[in-house]
Amino acid sequence: MSTVILLTLTGLGLAALYFLVASGLSLVFGLADVLNFAHGLFLGVGAYATWWASGNLPGAGPDGLGFVLAVAFGLAAGVLVAVLVELVLIRPLYSRTIEQVLVTVGLSLAGVALLQATWGADPRPFPRPAWTREVTSVFGANVPNAGLLLIVAAAVVLAALLAFLRWTRYGLIIRAGVENREMVTALGIDVRKAFTLVFAIGGAAAALAGALGGVYFGNVSPGQGGSLLIFAFIVVVIGGMGSVVGSAYAAVAVGLLQQFVNYYGPSGLGDVCVVALLAVVLLLRPQGFAGKVATA
Amino acid sequence: MTEVKSPEVPAPPATVPAELTPGHRRWHGLRPYLPLVALALALAVPYSTLTLPGIFEGPLNSPGTLQLLAVCLVFGGLAAGYDLLFGRTGLLSFGHALYFAAGVYGTDILITRAGLPLWQAALLTITGGTILAALLGAIALRTVGIAFAMVTLAFAQVGAILVARDFGGLTGGEEGLPLDVSGLPAGLVGVANTVNLYWLALAYLAVVVLVVHRVSGSPTGRVLAGLRDDERRIGVLGLDPYRFKLVAFTLAGGLAAAAGVVYCLIVGGASPHITSSELTLSLLVMVVLGGPGTRWGPVLGGILYMYLDHRLTAFGSSDAVNSLPAFLSHPLSQPLFVLGTVFILAVYFFPGGLASLKSRLTPLLTALRRPPALH
Repeated sequence: MSTVILLTLTGLGLAALYFLVASGLSLVFGLADVLNFAHGLFLGVGAYATWWASGNLPGAGPDGLGFVLAVAFGLAAGVLVAVLVELVLIRPLYSRTIEQVLVTVGLSLAGVALLQATWGADPRPFPRPAWTREVTSVFGANVPNAGLLLIVAAAVVLAALLAFLRWTRYGLIIRAGVENREMVTALGIDVRKAFTLVFAIGGAAAALAGALGGVYFGNVSPGQGGSLLIFAFIVVVIGGMGSVVGSAYAAVAVGLLQQFVNYYGPSGLGDVCVVALLAVVLLLRPQGFAGKVATA
Repeated sequence: MTEVKSPEVPAPPATVPAELTPGHRRWHGLRPYLPLVALALALAVPYSTLTLPGIFEGPLNSPGTLQLLAVCLVFGGLAAGYDLLFGRTGLLSFGHALYFAAGVYGTDILITRAGLPLWQAALLTITGGTILAALLGAIALRTVGIAFAMVTLAFAQVGAILVARDFGGLTGGEEGLPLDVSGLPAGLVGVANTVNLYWLALAYLAVVVLVVHRVSGSPTGRVLAGLRDDERRIGVLGLDPYRFKLVAFTLAGGLAAAAGVVYCLIVGGASPHITSSELTLSLLVMVVLGGPGTRWGPVLGGILYMYLDHRLTAFGSSDAVNSLPAFLSHPLSQPLFVLGTVFILAVYFFPGGLASLKSRLTPLLTALRRPPALH
């Protein structure tokens, strides 16, 4: 029984990581139709900025309030990079989907290479608060605190995103834009401001995923974002483009499936099962759990 | 494959070569023979002891240079095959590395683990790769656009996982699987015989260029070009887009598997990095840099990309770069940084790639030539 609880909670931790990456991707794709391959770069920037800040920024450190400050710095860096990418690289190419994908592909290659050039290809040990290395006993299962931290963070982000989308004016514009962008534009609302906004939100969520993923894995490396990104794509497709709630459900499904199958079956089978799930969902319900059909 | 007949309107060939801009008369006459000249040059390389300092280390016919050239040629062919999907049919697949890796690992496993002779292994691998492409394509092509890209990416990821996790101890996992050369023909083994591998790579490239050329000129090729431009119209004409896309996907997959066979022989084994999505991304970069949908663009793009990828590593550790300040020399020592940046610039400023260079330069040249005429 304790194994099942442990697997469930670690699976949820993984799901939380996927959700943090996928929520931004899904919003960006749903609103702006941009398949953002550079999203992994935002994650890498967040992780490395947090790592750098806890060593170099005055007041920041691996513990307590210092760690919060370091994560805040990482978030700020992620938002900054995301907004810059949107304004400088993506905006001139709106409505040219293939070119946008190509630019983000180039950016993901160049950006990861830049991270690697600056801090080396080897994983760097991540400064993390001492309590995240310990375990908490939940119904007899010893669950790592870092996983619980991820779950709490993802739940907070989910609640905040839903509140933002439901009760603010910009949230309303974003929801309407996902539904029907032409109509929003026709009503005289500058939907491009909302594009920048969703990029900023996505960048922040990805940077948070980078920082907390660093705590979870214990190290940062330039390629980390890329491997997470593929599963985040799968989560986005399964959940439905443009739907935050769909992404959350899909992330939980993917995380749990992966964790359980990898434990009870041969290692790696869980990843294969996730892709099989993707194939089944696409064949039976191309629009995902919730959301619109993905077309070019 | 259904043959499409359009007797009333002889549609123009799918690719329109840049013949619209008549250059010099002398060049105009030579143009059709340029591929033959390039082929003759490529055939002459192994007999030349020319040293090109800065471009290649050692003389042209040294084994190291020949191997680099062979890899470049294989990737030229691979990029041309990928362009059949991306440039000519408009299918953005992110999983092409899977079929290439299937070729490499298939050959390697059949020779090293099963002990088959080369020709059987190659035949089985290419057949298997083609069937794999047909099966996965049949599923993936149920989706369109970005979803298609993601599904192919996910399938390729499964391949990468299977190789890395080493199920059944076949693939050698992270360390890769060196090729067992004891059963191979003697002419393909050893450093002194690198030249034969070079011939093999050249032959592969020639075959791919020929196949892509024939297909794009055929009625099927016209339908593919139509799918790229407006899929709905092809449907209205009573043709089944799904079937034609599957043909293109299967053919490209088979060509990629064949590339894998040749690559496995040249490199002498398989390593897991060829299964990564990064390989597909670099194929995309090659095609876009070269010029999607053109006959020679992807080939040139592939050759140039592999060459730069290889040589930029040496360039990055050279004295000229090391003497630069750290914030310049570190990024420049990463080939992917340079190539990624060039790629982004190309998407913005050279949408047609290298192949459009001529038509882009023509107005500039005429503008430069005009002032003397005014005098």
